[in-house]
Amino acid sequence: MFFNTVLLALRDIRRNVMRSVLTILGIIIGVAAVITLVTIGNGSTAQIANQIASMGTNVIMVSPGQHRGPGSDDTAPSFTLQDVEAIRKEISPLSGVAPTCSASATAVVGNRNWSSSITGSSNDFFSVRNWIIESGRIFEPIEQLAGRAVCIIGSTVQENLFLKEDPIGRKIRLGKVSCQVVGLLKEKGQSSMGRDQDDLIIMPLLTVQRRFTGNRDVAMIQLAVADGGSTEQVTKDLTELLRKRRHLAESEEDNFSIRDTKELAAMLTGTTKTMTSLLGAVAAVSLLVGGIGIMNIMLVSVTERTREIGIRLAIGAFEHEVLLQFLTESVVLSSLGGMIGILIALASSFWITKSMRIPFIIDLQIICIAFIFSAAVGVIFGYFPALKAARLDPIDALRHE
Amino acid sequence: MSKVTAAPLIHLRGITKSYGLGQALTYALHGIDLDIAKGDFVSIMGPSGSGKSTCMNILGCLDTATSGQYFFSNLEVSRMDRKQLASLRRYYLGFVFQGFNLLNRTSALENVELPLMYRGTPARQRRQLARHALRIVGLDGREAHTPGELSGGQQQRVAIARAIVTSPAVLFADEPTGNLDTARSHEIMELLVGLNQEKNITIVMVTHEPEMAAYTNRIIRFVDGSVAEDADGKNEHTPN
Repeated sequence: MFFNTVLLALRDIRRNVMRSVLTILGIIIGVAAVITLVTIGNGSTAQIANQIASMGTNVIMVSPGQHRGPGSDDTAPSFTLQDVEAIRKEISPLSGVAPTCSASATAVVGNRNWSSSITGSSNDFFSVRNWIIESGRIFEPIEQLAGRAVCIIGSTVQENLFLKEDPIGRKIRLGKVSCQVVGLLKEKGQSSMGRDQDDLIIMPLLTVQRRFTGNRDVAMIQLAVADGGSTEQVTKDLTELLRKRRHLAESEEDNFSIRDTKELAAMLTGTTKTMTSLLGAVAAVSLLVGGIGIMNIMLVSVTERTREIGIRLAIGAFEHEVLLQFLTESVVLSSLGGMIGILIALASSFWITKSMRIPFIIDLQIICIAFIFSAAVGVIFGYFPALKAARLDPIDALRHE
Repeated sequence: MSKVTAAPLIHLRGITKSYGLGQALTYALHGIDLDIAKGDFVSIMGPSGSGKSTCMNILGCLDTATSGQYFFSNLEVSRMDRKQLASLRRYYLGFVFQGFNLLNRTSALENVELPLMYRGTPARQRRQLARHALRIVGLDGREAHTPGELSGGQQQRVAIARAIVTSPAVLFADEPTGNLDTARSHEIMELLVGLNQEKNITIVMVTHEPEMAAYTNRIIRFVDGSVAEDADGKNEHTPN
């Protein structure tokens, strides 16, 4: 009997192709939208987490002034190399301290040119910021002390100036400075802000100060806390030391700011989590719209179905057989729609995450929620009108208008 | 000629049917007493609202009486629950409706097979019986047609085939010729007479057309929810 009922349900689906397709469509759209959007949101979050890891963990950045970006506080004095030395001596545990200053210039090789940013720093910069030297070498002590015109370039600069040639030992002209490439950094990819992290040129600090910025200022000090060290403790010690060195009275506010990547990470992941919830909300709306679509189709066909149920009851169907048939039909349609929706969602989110270059992370929980919700809508609106009809006297079901 | 046997197949005593409550209470049937013998061909006539269809729906277990006793064979139908009523319909009764009531977008063959599916008849036998029933009603060659592709007369034949495919004890027909022209109506009546005589199927038919009632053995007239006249059809029907 059960087999018969399933057979009847399948026949009914096949006979009512249009209704079946429309029902399935509502479920497909709902499920696919939710899963795709949430997968993209999760991918972005994971991407940002990865990039923060690639920036170097436990990195603390110290810069003068309280505000950054436009309208920054110019009255705050810059740091000096003495500050850097003091930090190196008095703060522990640190695995690296890199003073940096920056400039920008157009780099020219032959007839190719490329605008890039120049960072002046020490060899600690590579360990603090997690850069790996792909080929060539880091700076020699003499190059740093004498401020020689040597540089280590990122892969974007290499691609734009040297194409596929080996850049090591070649000369780049940066403004009026001719500079020898001694090293090439391993590629990191895009940052969370969409900035190309590999578009950079590193030179010894002294070289940049002398040839580009024209002063002895250290624009930023980047330091890495050694494994097992507490970022909070280091930040506290650092604040104390810098306040003392900058002769700030008790009542005065800090005229420098300290940020660590943990804080940055929290901020960025917070943002993307908000984005993911937003995407989720949009998706939930499409799920709801899909659900209403299913509901409409089911309710529109309820008159026809009520009469059909009347016919079936009149020719000898038991109430439970009719219900089982309609339940089977709803379940088959809804789960078919749900599965197609999941497949479409997986395919499309795989493709989208690939083209956005973010990780493809499958969230089983959201797949289940989307599937169960749509299936429930399909089953409820397919089954309950039938339940109502099957409880009528056959003659009332037959007369239903 | 009535083939009346000692124990009637259908036995009604004091059947009433009312709708509404309180002051809106109206009676469709006021205590019907009726016996129908096995093998009989009975027509129920009467003006609109006389309760003839209500009575037949109760006889056919499509509707339930408000009070009174209904025995089918020796079973007290008036005490049965929904499932027992469904069983009775499934194994003993067949229906033909004025509006055909076939499943849309479903082939004639599948429509006729449907009652057999609920009986759990194996597929091969089901197909054979359905084809045979369609042949009896003269629709061989139209098995694959859906109701939309058939004329009214042909649809009614499919409905008859569906009603007789299970070889029911009683066939109930509610104005089976109501939606058909005169020529088709006579064809359908001849078909019903043939089924009554050859297969010994008891037939109860509601109609308001005297020419159709003239095919039957017995005519019961309803007026205002009561039996007004009960006469032998072919021989003793007197025009008034």
